[in-house]
Amino acid sequence: MESILSVLVGVLMAASVYLMLSRNFVRFVFGLTLLSHAANLLIFLSGGLTRGHSPLIAPGEVAPPAGIANAVPQALMLTAIVISFSVLAFALVLAFRTYQELETVDTDEMRAAEPATFGGSGSGRPGVLG
Amino acid sequence: MSWLVVGPILVPLGAAVIGFAARGSDRTQRAVSLAAALGLAAIAATLLAAVWNNGIVVAQMGGWPAPFGITLVADHLSAAMVAVTALIGLATVIYAFGDIRRGEISYALHPLLHALLAGVCGAFLAGDIFNLYVWFEVMLIASFALLILGGKPSQLDGAVRYAALSLIATTLLLSGIGLLYGLTGTLNMADLHLRVQDVENQGLLTAVAIVFIFAFGLKAAVFPLFFWLPASYHTPRTAVSAVFSGLLTKVGVYALMRVFTLIFTQDVGYTHEILLWVAGLTMVTGVLGAASQNELRRILSFHIISQIGYMILGLALFTMFGLLGGIFYVIHHIIVKANLFFVAGAANRLGGSTELTSLGGFYRHAPVLAVLFFIPAFSLAGFPPLSGFWAKLLLIQAAIEKQEFVMAGVALAVGLLTVYSMTKIWLNAFWKARPEESGPPPPPLPAARRWLLLGPIAALATITLTIGLYVRPFYVLAERAADELMNPASYVEAVLGADNSGDRARQPADLGGAEE
Repeated sequence: MESILSVLVGVLMAASVYLMLSRNFVRFVFGLTLLSHAANLLIFLSGGLTRGHSPLIAPGEVAPPAGIANAVPQALMLTAIVISFSVLAFALVLAFRTYQELETVDTDEMRAAEPATFGGSGSGRPGVLG
Repeated sequence: MSWLVVGPILVPLGAAVIGFAARGSDRTQRAVSLAAALGLAAIAATLLAAVWNNGIVVAQMGGWPAPFGITLVADHLSAAMVAVTALIGLATVIYAFGDIRRGEISYALHPLLHALLAGVCGAFLAGDIFNLYVWFEVMLIASFALLILGGKPSQLDGAVRYAALSLIATTLLLSGIGLLYGLTGTLNMADLHLRVQDVENQGLLTAVAIVFIFAFGLKAAVFPLFFWLPASYHTPRTAVSAVFSGLLTKVGVYALMRVFTLIFTQDVGYTHEILLWVAGLTMVTGVLGAASQNELRRILSFHIISQIGYMILGLALFTMFGLLGGIFYVIHHIIVKANLFFVAGAANRLGGSTELTSLGGFYRHAPVLAVLFFIPAFSLAGFPPLSGFWAKLLLIQAAIEKQEFVMAGVALAVGLLTVYSMTKIWLNAFWKARPEESGPPPPPLPAARRWLLLGPIAALATITLTIGLYVRPFYVLAERAADELMNPASYVEAVLGADNSGDRARQPADLGGAEE
């Protein structure tokens, strides 16, 4: 099971790199989503995929019995999923607003912050918009 | 004492929440913002004093003992960074009162600013690597929103580049944390320090270290990973770009310093050699990029990159003296760099532009601003007796001591080129007459608003002068911080307690983790 998931993480990473190399910002956002899925699965894997007892501590004891399942990776993943969800929402809104303002999703054609006359004229005004 | 370590996170976080709730009333929002900034400064100063007098302050959240619960740790480095953060936060809040008119974008500016400060302070105080990641994300999300406040096309364009690269970095950081957890079965940094020595596959650990260099290096804007910075830092309002330039990249530098002294020290010959090359190339590319620019804030943005190289150099030398220089450099740099962005904003207010070609005559018309620019600018370039001189002197001495003569030479040459850039700004914006074609300057600001702009600049310039002329306490602070980094035993003992840190026999299998 571990080896199948490891390969899956690799495939997800490769697909996300392929998507993120695109000049289209929307594709980049999809790539980023896949990358965060890959990272979450990696954390899941790193905890080990063994079956175990629930991590409960009996009354009077200070430590759980041996052979418990590790709950930490799931807690980490849960946090990471919430964060990546909110970041994805931001990235999509950013892509949409940028498309509205600059009328392109091609990152090579977004030249408002760094106009084509590189090093010359400055900030604030829209540059060459493809 | 635990409130003292939690305070620098809770106060700005509270201010952000109250600020959002009070977004209808500008007056309330400003009052909350100022009060929180003052409160943060007071707590940060108390924390620094406590660490100075009694050593490392540790708080275990919820009473869970160290490697199991969430730990907040303030050693000398963390406390100093929190103190400087509070200082820049206060300066920015006051500057924003003068720079940004009521009802403009201030409804969101102050709450987001405090959310950013909470993220930065949290990253400095986090005692475990996953919380470091979470505070990084808090800081990033706040910075995304601050960057696009106002919604100009150039801001959105800058934000696309900034967000895209930052998000790749944090996702890879998360992967790195996952791998590290798989290898060691712990997340607490003090515990990691002990566990990494027991990892069988040390080569894999070095590979994970490279993931961390990439993730934190991108946030710190080091050599091949800096492109997002000059693409975005000149687009938002001055108050925002000043706080960005002062604090954000330095969180990356701090994280590198922490992780590469506490956790990844098993193959110093490999990892720190990479850092050394990165440091050299960062210094050179940054300063050359700055030399080619003609817009004030873009020149300063490229100089951030070149200065980051100096700080990484201190870490890469991996000697007590090198880290001392690096830490001194970080503290000096945060104050000076934020101040230079404030000056650029004031120049924009007084001259109506940030283009060097259309500015001029400030030496004659705004002599106070000229003096206030002179101090941070030539401190950045490393003129004695300003703070930058000591920072550069310490680092170059450390490099010579370690027999890295090439790096010492590079550091000196980059210093010279920094003088070139600062002289260029001085000649164009301050010395030459205002060019005819740029038209009459904008109407002068009312006196009250002018002093809200100049006040923080003057205060930060005074601190720069103080560090330069009265260097002893700052040197001792950096020395203690470097000593703690090079000898992590005290850090580990403070976090895990004297019994646990000596007890190397504890079975990792109790915690689950990779051993299962």
